[in-house]
Amino acid sequence: MKRTVFPNRWLPYLLVLPQVAVTVVFFFWPAWKSLYLSLFKSPPFGGRDVFVGLDNFTSLLTTSEYYDSVINSFVFAGGVTVLSVAGGLVVAVLANQKIRALGLYRTALLWPYGIAPAVAGIIFLFMFHPSYGILPYFLSFVIGYEFNWLLKGWIAMTLVILATAWTHVGYNIAFFLAGLQGIPESIMEAANVDGAGPVRKFTAIIVPLISPVTFYLVVVNMVFAFFGSFGVIHAVTQGGPGNATEIMVFKLWKDGFIGLNLGSSAAQSVILMAIVIGLTMLQFRYAEKKVTY
Amino acid sequence: MKRLTKRWTRLLVLGGVLTALAPAPAVAKTDIHFWHAMTGQLGEALTAQAKEFNDSQSDYEVKPIRKGTYAETLTAAIAAYRQKNPPHLVQVFEVGTQTMLLSGAVHPVQDLMKEQEIAINWGDFIKPVVGYYMKDGKLYSMPYNSSTPIFYYNKDAFKKAGLDPDKPPKTWKDVESYAKKILAAGAAKCGFSTGWPSWTMMENMHATHDQPFATKNNGFGGVDGVELLINREFGQKHVGQLAAWQKDNVYSYGGRAGTADPKFVNGDCAMYIQSSALIGGFTKGVKFDWGTGELPHWGAPYRKATSIIGGATLWVLKGKPAAEYKGVARFLAFLARPETQMWWHVNTGYLAVSNTAVKNLEQGYHFVKNPKQYTAFAQLTGLPATPPAALAGKKAAPLKPERVATANSSGLRLGNFVQIRDAIEGELENIFGGKKTVKQGLDDAVAKSNALLKDFAATHKP
Repeated sequence: MKRTVFPNRWLPYLLVLPQVAVTVVFFFWPAWKSLYLSLFKSPPFGGRDVFVGLDNFTSLLTTSEYYDSVINSFVFAGGVTVLSVAGGLVVAVLANQKIRALGLYRTALLWPYGIAPAVAGIIFLFMFHPSYGILPYFLSFVIGYEFNWLLKGWIAMTLVILATAWTHVGYNIAFFLAGLQGIPESIMEAANVDGAGPVRKFTAIIVPLISPVTFYLVVVNMVFAFFGSFGVIHAVTQGGPGNATEIMVFKLWKDGFIGLNLGSSAAQSVILMAIVIGLTMLQFRYAEKKVTY
Repeated sequence: MKRLTKRWTRLLVLGGVLTALAPAPAVAKTDIHFWHAMTGQLGEALTAQAKEFNDSQSDYEVKPIRKGTYAETLTAAIAAYRQKNPPHLVQVFEVGTQTMLLSGAVHPVQDLMKEQEIAINWGDFIKPVVGYYMKDGKLYSMPYNSSTPIFYYNKDAFKKAGLDPDKPPKTWKDVESYAKKILAAGAAKCGFSTGWPSWTMMENMHATHDQPFATKNNGFGGVDGVELLINREFGQKHVGQLAAWQKDNVYSYGGRAGTADPKFVNGDCAMYIQSSALIGGFTKGVKFDWGTGELPHWGAPYRKATSIIGGATLWVLKGKPAAEYKGVARFLAFLARPETQMWWHVNTGYLAVSNTAVKNLEQGYHFVKNPKQYTAFAQLTGLPATPPAALAGKKAAPLKPERVATANSSGLRLGNFVQIRDAIEGELENIFGGKKTVKQGLDDAVAKSNALLKDFAATHKP
């Protein structure tokens, strides 16, 4: 490998400076600020911050409501990741075949990703709302059970998982398609000669060979589900019914921006950050061993 | 290249000269920033009001800026205040009252008007409205858009079920039997639904039945040690009944805020309890014949008391140059005029909040022509539900109040109220969904709320 050597000592630093500056301003500074705020109780209009040590953390960790939101987050993130990665893989394999109008399908498959989560949420809301949704209306002719997610928590959770997975599946398809196209034609031909069926080819060749892509997507989807999934929940369930769909990121937003409890909100964001860093590290430590690059 | 630059320079110079020569306005108007949360027709009415004020004088220009929902508007104002660049006026919903009162960021309107030597006759304002926003005998914010929950019903569905379309139910027992008749006749899919569940079913039910909602005089008696009382006998009875009705469609829960509106508008539920401010929207959007009535009551042994308000008021924030507050005061005086209030009431459905405005409306036969708009006044003031004959030009005996105004019915003052409502509504959902028993759900709502109240007291220690 050729090693680039900069003749000027300062040039490399200058070149990475913008990236470092962006990271510091948009990541380290807010993270530091949250850490700082999490140790205080501060009235919304400011003026007098009272140092309370770890009070914000202990009062969170002693309420069952907070654990509910942690459990909800894992259920939600797990559901979204499994559904959108597995779904993405299956669709990508189908879209990787030699069929007519392939370009058209591929483009169409990417579309959901172009829809903002909040808009996707609104679409699902209008489709599934028990009062004015079109689907519950049609379903009521077929089955007697009323899918009232305004009152039934598990239905609400299923709905937001579906909606979020749907918005993210396009992204996964794009990566899987790229991964699938990187599989050498010769290997597939060899498998054909050996008489492998489609299922066998999928499990013995495709899955191992695209494992780096899968690994990357699992990490990214998990992080996305923890942090970036706010829009759908906000638009569809607002955390309800009860707090059945109140995931951590929604709760911290609600407590901070609606409830104006900045200290608790900051403490929640610190915990969330720790969980996501921990999860990512775990994945790199254990899951990556199974990945063949 | 060089020639091009020259040409540009020339253009710029020319432009500069022209700008300098352009006729400047004789006197620059001072901007008054007014942040609000009104959408649709309400937003248009607000803008029209600001324009009328701006056209009426040449010193100040009120600039209304919509900042999103009530909660978002408050958050935006707080952020701006912390950045030392607040708006002059911000519209804050009633549940934010305690936060505003204790913020130290507010210029009480009563002080402001006194300093600016502009008189507003505060004594003329309707008691239940100003009472909500007074502290230590002083009015802190300017009553603007006030409403109270009322009862809406579908007259077509009533007729179909053989009920008198001019007689809305008065008691909860009536509501139940009417709902069952309506369901049996197939006139609707559900009996009744509710908007803003905590406000209509908990806060106002406690008020209209003269039951305390929280200790320390519903929070008016101080911040420390306030606790909710909604898990007592009355709360359990009412919520227990709602939960039972939810099972047989007498009641149909439709979500928080206004998400249940479509249930009434599209005819699914024949009866609905929501803010009186929806009269305007329903007049335009509802295709069937509908009417209004007062909130149903459980009857004896509970007394019949007045309801409490919702909506928002305008708060004057500190931190602007002293001279600009003159303009704020003049705008508030403009809003307090009976004409302005009458216009606002007629165009939005919010209450006119001064007695003079209400009297003028009566004399103009407004309530006789628009009886629906009278319901909220009657319920808030305790007067009989139907506009009296006197208003139609005939002499009649003085009106006898049908509701008492008590400490329990004059409002709530709770810290972290937004989150408390959220906790209550979350637990109501758990109860209606069958996840918790009535007692368990209400106990949990109280426990959560008490923790929030305690936290608020700790954050706002004097």
